[in-house]
Amino acid sequence: MFSHKIFETNTLALIVGIVLSIAAGGLVEIIPLFTIENTIEKVEGMRPYSPLELAGRGIYVREGCYNCHSQMIRPFRDEVERYGHYSLAAESQYDHPFQWSSKRTGPDLARVGGKYSNEWHFKHMVNPRSVVSQSIMPTYAHMQRPLNVSATIAGEMKTLRLVGTPYTDEQIANAVADLEAQATGGDAAKAVEARYPKAKTGDFDGNPDKLTEMDAMIAYLQMLGTLVDFKSVKPELVNR
Amino acid sequence: MANVEKDLISGQNTTGHEWDGIKELDTPLPKWWAYIFWACIVWSIGYFVAYPSIPTLTGYTKGVLKYSSREELSKDLALQAQQRGKWLADFQGKEVGDIAKDQNLLGYALRGGKAAFNENCAPCHGTGGEGSLGFANLTDDEWIWGGKLEQIQQTITHGIRSDDAKGRSQEMTRFGIDGVLKADEIEKVADYVVGLSSGKADAAAPGAQIFADNCVACHGEGGVGNQDMGAPALTNALYTQIKGDKASIVAQVTNPKHGVMPAWEARLPAETIKMLAIYVHSLGGGVK
Repeated sequence: MFSHKIFETNTLALIVGIVLSIAAGGLVEIIPLFTIENTIEKVEGMRPYSPLELAGRGIYVREGCYNCHSQMIRPFRDEVERYGHYSLAAESQYDHPFQWSSKRTGPDLARVGGKYSNEWHFKHMVNPRSVVSQSIMPTYAHMQRPLNVSATIAGEMKTLRLVGTPYTDEQIANAVADLEAQATGGDAAKAVEARYPKAKTGDFDGNPDKLTEMDAMIAYLQMLGTLVDFKSVKPELVNR
Repeated sequence: MANVEKDLISGQNTTGHEWDGIKELDTPLPKWWAYIFWACIVWSIGYFVAYPSIPTLTGYTKGVLKYSSREELSKDLALQAQQRGKWLADFQGKEVGDIAKDQNLLGYALRGGKAAFNENCAPCHGTGGEGSLGFANLTDDEWIWGGKLEQIQQTITHGIRSDDAKGRSQEMTRFGIDGVLKADEIEKVADYVVGLSSGKADAAAPGAQIFADNCVACHGEGGVGNQDMGAPALTNALYTQIKGDKASIVAQVTNPKHGVMPAWEARLPAETIKMLAIYVHSLGGGVK
């Protein structure tokens, strides 16, 4: 019968034993990450977040939206019927960390982009009961304050580039200009649309004079789930 | 293990360790616990073999069962389409008008439409279609863009001021901030519109001429509205974007608010949009 006595009475054996068991556990966790690229489906349309969307995503994380909202449509019939195409790994490849979440007190948001108007999002965030009477979502009226990320947004993009998000030098150099232009819309936003295809532009919060956290939040929500061109998604590419 | 000392009280073996006269028991794991532990390990080996599990350089081991959740879904959806069978084909092939005339299909449309409405439309239009300030009431007689089946279908499919090029896109002139009308003229025309919508239009009012010169092009003679332009009738007290009192009318003429509705063509299948059109049409009794 195996006994711990060898390890408990022999320091060298104990050291070797510890090294071996940690190495085994570590490798099992680490080795799959070397081939994680395999899990990302090759689909058309994904791009890194625009600066405004990225700022909105930061607020999404800060406010803990993931505590009640998932961004993960599972491949089940009822979910696909309700929310649309199931989520692909490719769709969260630029999320650090991903916002899949695991709890749905509110509905899934993976494809909320384009589902409601900007005005609805604004009213709903200021007071959810004003549009959905049975809602139990807290109010987020405080997001009408100015968006205060001009000093940090380019640095955030550089950091994301370090972990693999393919931001270009041009995108990083124009971060602050793009941030404001996307919420201005019209001709001013043409460059944003060129750098970030399919980006929604224009005033998001009904207050064109001020760039607010609400602008960033709604820009982020209106983009969610809209990037992948699902006509390019073939079952043989994504089935697993 | 010859000289194992037994603990006198519990009868268990001791480890031989002793601290200040206190000896450590060497109680074995409960048998039931140990068996379950070993059973789990055996089960996991079977699971590794049967299901997709171990990552490889180019993919992952598929497992002998070749299970794929996404393939399961494709089969589920194919089965669903098969179960829906004929009525689904009818919904895809027939026009909304013909579906609504078929009592059997109408039943499907109203139930399916209600389910789709609650998920997709109710957040803005309310669970009963009653709307709220900024979002159209679908139960009354006022239709901004038309209340016939085909018109509703068009609105749902392509949206209002959406990104869809076929969507309804007309906007009201910004009479105030673009300097078309002066502030006092807007006051007068607002007075006239308040009269119109309460059924007491005063043709001699100073606003009547301003209305005739600026507003009838879209809102029609006497403010009856024009659904092709999305210009609501002003002859009733039913308003969508504003409250309808004088101050809100002044604000609207000065710098108009415009409702936005997303295009649903890319989000919902055509048959669901037809169901929704029929359901929404039914909410207010329907326009022939």
